[in-house]
Amino acid sequence: MSVLLSLLATFSLFSLMAVGGANAILPEIHRYVVESNGWMSGTEFAALFAIAQAAPGPNVLVVSLIGWKVAGIPGALVSTLGMCGPSSLLSFYVARLWHRFRASPWRKAIERGLAPVTIGLVLGSAWLLSRSANDGWPGWLLCAVTAVVAWRTKLNPLWLLGAGALLGWLGLV
Amino acid sequence: MDTTLHTPSRQELFAGFFSVGLSGFGGVLPLAHRMLVMRRRWLSDAEFTEVLGLGQVLPGPNIVNVAVAVGSRFHGVSGALAAVGGLMLAPLVIVLLLATLYGQYQSLSALRGVLAGLASAGAGLVVAMGLRLAERLERRGWCLATALLTLAAVTVWSLPLLGVLLVIAPLAIALAWWTRETRS
Repeated sequence: MSVLLSLLATFSLFSLMAVGGANAILPEIHRYVVESNGWMSGTEFAALFAIAQAAPGPNVLVVSLIGWKVAGIPGALVSTLGMCGPSSLLSFYVARLWHRFRASPWRKAIERGLAPVTIGLVLGSAWLLSRSANDGWPGWLLCAVTAVVAWRTKLNPLWLLGAGALLGWLGLV
Repeated sequence: MDTTLHTPSRQELFAGFFSVGLSGFGGVLPLAHRMLVMRRRWLSDAEFTEVLGLGQVLPGPNIVNVAVAVGSRFHGVSGALAAVGGLMLAPLVIVLLLATLYGQYQSLSALRGVLAGLASAGAGLVVAMGLRLAERLERRGWCLATALLTLAAVTVWSLPLLGVLLVIAPLAIALAWWTRETRS
């Protein structure tokens, strides 16, 4: 029970800190489930992230999987609820204001000010994931090639994930 | 071209976001645009841009915020619940099925290999997401400094995120306010 409560409370807080979405706060989630509580290893964390990427749906599913790993299906539901709840409430109430203040210079300033913060957070998550997922040069190479191709082309990311899975299955990564 | 907008019912909200949740791999926002603006015509392009801006500026999962804003715009609380429920239901079931399979077979070395490859490629996708966002960043000193400072705070210094945000976010918004273009 106390684990479920901890998941709910912690992910509710993370919900309000996730400027740029779930992919922005992976280091904070890693600190909570791997470093502070020892609920999984860094490699398992990377594997759960991989499963979430390979499944259809929003990025936030990585949180559902982490909750599942810690406390089964109830853990998954509670974590997802925590991660989506507070931010959804905020979105519900702010949506009207947002429309009303569409001409306000404050709105533009908030958007422009938070953009670089989001970039810093997403790159921080990218760094954490790269370190957890790649434990030899073949992994780093695959990661780098994927990053360049995804950045430079409009190729559907599913092909890149498929290629990664195939190379892994062949034991090359 | 027919440009009249359509007001969705709650069932349509559920069904529309259900299709987005189910078909989005590695990011669902582009699909949301196709569904909301082009196929179902619930929002104009300008309205979509506004809702997307809101979803991205607020904390939390962007697409969930978009679903809440769109659902509540048409049907209040029940509309928001219908949209978010539609969005999350199928992906949640699928990912939990995958997780159960993973739990069953995680000792197989072939599966471990597949996951290692997926994880490396998946990390690469997040790197690409960061690079694409960085490309569109305003070319100003304070923007670059804010992004680098945030990055260093969460990686090199491993500072707690809450404290980092409480300091950096107001500062960055103040800087954005300062450097705003004043049009007469």
